[in-house]
Amino acid sequence: MMNLTVNGKKAAIDGKDAVNIPALLTELKVEQPDYVTVELNGDILERENFETTLVKDGDSVEFLYFMGGGGR
Amino acid sequence: MLKIPKAVHDDIISHAKEGFPIEVCGILGGRDGVVSAIYRMTNTDQSNEHFTMEPREQFSVVKELRTGGLEMLAIYHSHPETPARPSEEDIRLALTPNVSYLIVSLAEPGRPVLNSFRIAAGRVEPEAIGVI
Repeated sequence: MMNLTVNGKKAAIDGKDAVNIPALLTELKVEQPDYVTVELNGDILERENFETTLVKDGDSVEFLYFMGGGGR
Repeated sequence: MLKIPKAVHDDIISHAKEGFPIEVCGILGGRDGVVSAIYRMTNTDQSNEHFTMEPREQFSVVKELRTGGLEMLAIYHSHPETPARPSEEDIRLALTPNVSYLIVSLAEPGRPVLNSFRIAAGRVEPEAIGVI
């Protein structure tokens, strides 16, 4: 089991020692993950590194949705 | 209803005017539907038609709100030349749940208009603003 801090709150992922970012977002039931920005232990991750970045026990993860739009 | 102190209301409009003709954007924090903090954010697009908030600023603001026991209540942006209603792009990109989406329009010279909406799954509901 992994114990994480996700958006400031404690979260536990059962049955795994490490997961990559897409798997974590799935575990956390994050909707529209393609529009999420992820910070791992204080560093913002490039989307191209989501697959290869592993989240491990004790890590701190923050995620936010893209915030944007347009007047036209 | 989203309750906004007059100082914050006026600051949103000032921000839009100062940024004109570029779209400006920001975050409002507070608790129980009452705004108590405004964060002017950087529009990395620097466009008069689009905005994208700077991610590092977003994370910083969210953490600061959390530390202060506040929550993100609203995301605002300006429409320098179009009405204060969500564009198709605004609706499509209204991804953050459980927040109000405020739009300030400067389309009518000398008469800025600030409107609030709740947007979820492509549905737009106007929301009253109470200036307190």
